[in-house]
Amino acid sequence: MSDHTTQAASAAGAADADLTRLTAVEMADRLAAGTLTSVELTQAHLDRIERLDPTVHAFLLVDAEGALATAREVDAARAAGEELPRLAGVPVAVKDIACTQGLTTTAGSRMLEDFVPPYDATIVTRLRDARMPILGKTNMDEFAMGSSTEHSAFGPTRNPWDLDRIPGGSGGGSSAAVAAYLAPLAIGSDTGGSIRQPAAVTGTVGTKPTYGAVSRYGIIALASSLDQIGPCARTVADAALLHEVIAGHDPMDSTSVDAPVPDVVGAAGTTDLAGLRVGVVREISGSDQGFQPGVQARFEEALDALRDLGAEITEVSCPHFAYAMAAYYLILPSEASSNLARYDAMRYGLRVTPDGSPSAEQVMGASRDAGFGDEVKRRIILGTYALSSGYYDAYYGQAQKVRTLIARDFEAAFDQVDVLVSPTSPTTAFRIGDKTEDPMAMYLNDIATIPANLAGVPGMSVPSGTADEDGLPTGLQVLAPAMQDQRLYAVGAALEARLRERQGGYVIEQAPEIEVRA
Amino acid sequence: MSTRTTAGPERTVAYDDLLTRYEPVLGLEVHVELGTATKMFCGCATGFGAEPNTQTCPVCLGLPGALPVVNRTAVESAIRIGLALNCGIADWCRFARKNYFYPDMPKNFQTSQYDEPIAVDGWLDVEVPPREGVDEEPFTYRVEIERAHMEEDTGKSTHVGGATGRIHGASHSLVDYNRAGIPLIEIVTKPLTGAGERAPEVARAYVAALRDLLRALDVSDVKMEQGSLRCDANVSLMPTGVERFGTRTETKNVNSLRSVERAVRYEMTRHAAVLDAGESIVQETRHWHEDTGVTTSGRPKSDADDYRYFPEPDLVPVAPTREDVERLRATLPENPAERRRRLQEEWGYSDLEMRDVVNAGAVEVIETTVAAGASPAAARKWWMGELARRAKTAGEDGGAVDLLDLGVTPAHVAELDSLVTGGRLNDSMARQTLEGVLAGEGTPTEVADARSLELVQDDGALQGAVEEVIAENPDVVEKIRGGKVQAVGALIGQVMKKMRGQADAGRARELILETLGVQG
Ligand SMILES: [Zn+2]
Repeated sequence: MSDHTTQAASAAGAADADLTRLTAVEMADRLAAGTLTSVELTQAHLDRIERLDPTVHAFLLVDAEGALATAREVDAARAAGEELPRLAGVPVAVKDIACTQGLTTTAGSRMLEDFVPPYDATIVTRLRDARMPILGKTNMDEFAMGSSTEHSAFGPTRNPWDLDRIPGGSGGGSSAAVAAYLAPLAIGSDTGGSIRQPAAVTGTVGTKPTYGAVSRYGIIALASSLDQIGPCARTVADAALLHEVIAGHDPMDSTSVDAPVPDVVGAAGTTDLAGLRVGVVREISGSDQGFQPGVQARFEEALDALRDLGAEITEVSCPHFAYAMAAYYLILPSEASSNLARYDAMRYGLRVTPDGSPSAEQVMGASRDAGFGDEVKRRIILGTYALSSGYYDAYYGQAQKVRTLIARDFEAAFDQVDVLVSPTSPTTAFRIGDKTEDPMAMYLNDIATIPANLAGVPGMSVPSGTADEDGLPTGLQVLAPAMQDQRLYAVGAALEARLRERQGGYVIEQAPEIEVRA
Repeated sequence: MSTRTTAGPERTVAYDDLLTRYEPVLGLEVHVELGTATKMFCGCATGFGAEPNTQTCPVCLGLPGALPVVNRTAVESAIRIGLALNCGIADWCRFARKNYFYPDMPKNFQTSQYDEPIAVDGWLDVEVPPREGVDEEPFTYRVEIERAHMEEDTGKSTHVGGATGRIHGASHSLVDYNRAGIPLIEIVTKPLTGAGERAPEVARAYVAALRDLLRALDVSDVKMEQGSLRCDANVSLMPTGVERFGTRTETKNVNSLRSVERAVRYEMTRHAAVLDAGESIVQETRHWHEDTGVTTSGRPKSDADDYRYFPEPDLVPVAPTREDVERLRATLPENPAERRRRLQEEWGYSDLEMRDVVNAGAVEVIETTVAAGASPAAARKWWMGELARRAKTAGEDGGAVDLLDLGVTPAHVAELDSLVTGGRLNDSMARQTLEGVLAGEGTPTEVADARSLELVQDDGALQGAVEEVIAENPDVVEKIRGGKVQAVGALIGQVMKKMRGQADAGRARELILETLGVQG
């Protein structure tokens, strides 16, 4: 492990004074050394959640009892001299899109307000096998449809940098939890940018692994061919450790890739990028797309930093990225309309019974009307229309062709360079309520992140600084060829180290203390 | 979903009458439940008749987050069925989602195959039995197969509180998801034309042939009454001399071979009456009623039903290699019809004898018995005689059991036959031996040993008995000497009695005649 991860000093002063300020790597090291117990560490997070989460609203459910039980077991096992996984005892938060046996799992929807899954998602099983206390379930846009968490049926999450702003979405709860030191690590899901965009606007790290690298079994589906699960963390090395826990083949997921997990943890120790070929994608580089000036400035600086680290920067063109948004908003609603059909009140979920003696069809209709929010209905209608006979070829069929062309653009680009970079999000965090009335403006947040989902390639957002005009964090997106996830960690770690050198700490350490609101 | 109700029986015309004006066109869709141990996309058991909703899991209940994994055995069965139907096998095909809402469909889409079926363009030759007093010979009809594809079954709804068990008038419905996700193969014919008046029989013969084929493939238990083989019959009439197909109806709930024939016949007579009246056929689903022998109107159905099919993104394509296909082709059984012809010839059975053997389901058991060394005649004699009689009443509460469940194996029967042909046992001793085997006393040799069953080979004892009987029956002896040789039978019976059955009756006859100095 490289130096920077073990020597990271806490901004809060003496490390023991605030255990939550430690990196996950430091937590793991101290737990292993016996200078910290998992119960202390878990309790410190639970205390902070209790104090601050009523303000931030990153969590939909906190499982203090379950988390402490796991923590006690880990401490006992360690005391008994048992050999434990690297992250054993380090707490984690899970996006409320992953089924957790016995713990309500809502996907941010009224429809599943009282749904208690009888089974664990594969990644949850892996977290349990890694013996990580699960603090709770984090807030999200309903069924992961959104870029701000404002579409959560249970109210928005606030950005720890500015409580009047959104934390990104759909996984704003996970990113805010990490950014607010409510959890050192969190699980996210990324269908069009739902891990990367929240990471960018909260000054944290988020990775969308290669499609199929992490099991989707037990993850409430939005768009099956786009969804991917990944880690949220405050540092690249922390993200790598969680990535390693959750990645790997799962026979329960037919689209799961049966190949060894790339050495992301090793790559997260990279400090030098000599000879690395980095491509700037013209179509999402921000220069002609009207990205926010501060976002643009930090991107240019990041390119300079990469150059300093030995990388060769060239510009590449991916001409079909221009159609990515259009294709995405046909494929996603089409798959979603079908994936969400199962919420019909017949077996589980919200059930609304109209007066009289209603038919099954009427119960289904009334329940879906009451259970789904506007954005979900909007996309179900869009997808139902796009798949209709007579329109299929013009919409879904055409979108799939665009998808193929985008994948070819990536292939051609990766013939020339090793990784691609862009700003993660066109703007810093916007104000709560600013874009809720304008779906198109909301959709444009994901303009840079969507192509990776369409092509199945991995992507990461790593903090690149803060914008001069508003002091809010910005992110650099790194994209790599499929199954080359380790390259994301190499570039992310090197850039992170360079920024720390220049600024004397992680970007997240510039975040103001959270003021408790009544 | 509207339900049309029909007041009173619908008009029909006489069957023979309609054939002068119309040509029937049939399309048969057969759903076969595969006999795999687990479901199509999850590990749940598939046994019939379990407690409702006990064979379920997150996948087949469509719980949030659950994902399907294709059952490899089901794919192999589908390929074998395709090959047996002389179809081409796709080297790459996908599943699709068929989207529609219904409470017995956990995901509100059925995972099926749409425009990329696993098997296409085959045929099955069907032998239609001769009509009594009309035809000398069976006739053969080639049924062209359009496709065979894989899909999953739905759950089973029970409508409670109504008088009819139908949804109309029910107070509530119960759904059993044990059946949800059981692998199905749907086999669809091309339009069957040119069968004329024999069309209903062709339909029946096709389903029967398909059932035999599937049974020989050992891919399904093909029990129509339990729904593991289900037939939907599409029927339309084309006025004679017209080239364009008429509007069709799809009759469901046809649960026996006899019903297939009757339902097709009924629909033909109903269509003809509608067309004769100058009206048009409503394209719809019809329900067959076994008891009354009529169909009633179901749901209107149109080609434009919009299922919003799209490729199932949770599954990867099925891509059998040529080697896979050839390996599976090598496992195909002989075509059942051809096999029957071959065996009949080898065994020297008459048509009637062979038909009885087939109907009794005894082809395999006789084949195994012959292979174990018995003569075909002996194998038939035992299995179709004494053992078949036993099987009819050997079940609990006097019901029937399979021949092979009697406790007698083909090897036992072959051994029994060799004891007879080898001269150790006569017929009556063989029956006693079989009795012992049925009673679980051991193999035929063991039973014969234990019961001391053995023809007496020593002429001394037999000669003594012959002389005693001759002395005791002077009147019979007189008749024989007078030329009535057949009267010897009475003496043989008495000799056998004295020998307690343990003698060769043929040898006794020889000795009697020899002693009396009469030529046999
Ligand atoms: Zn199941």
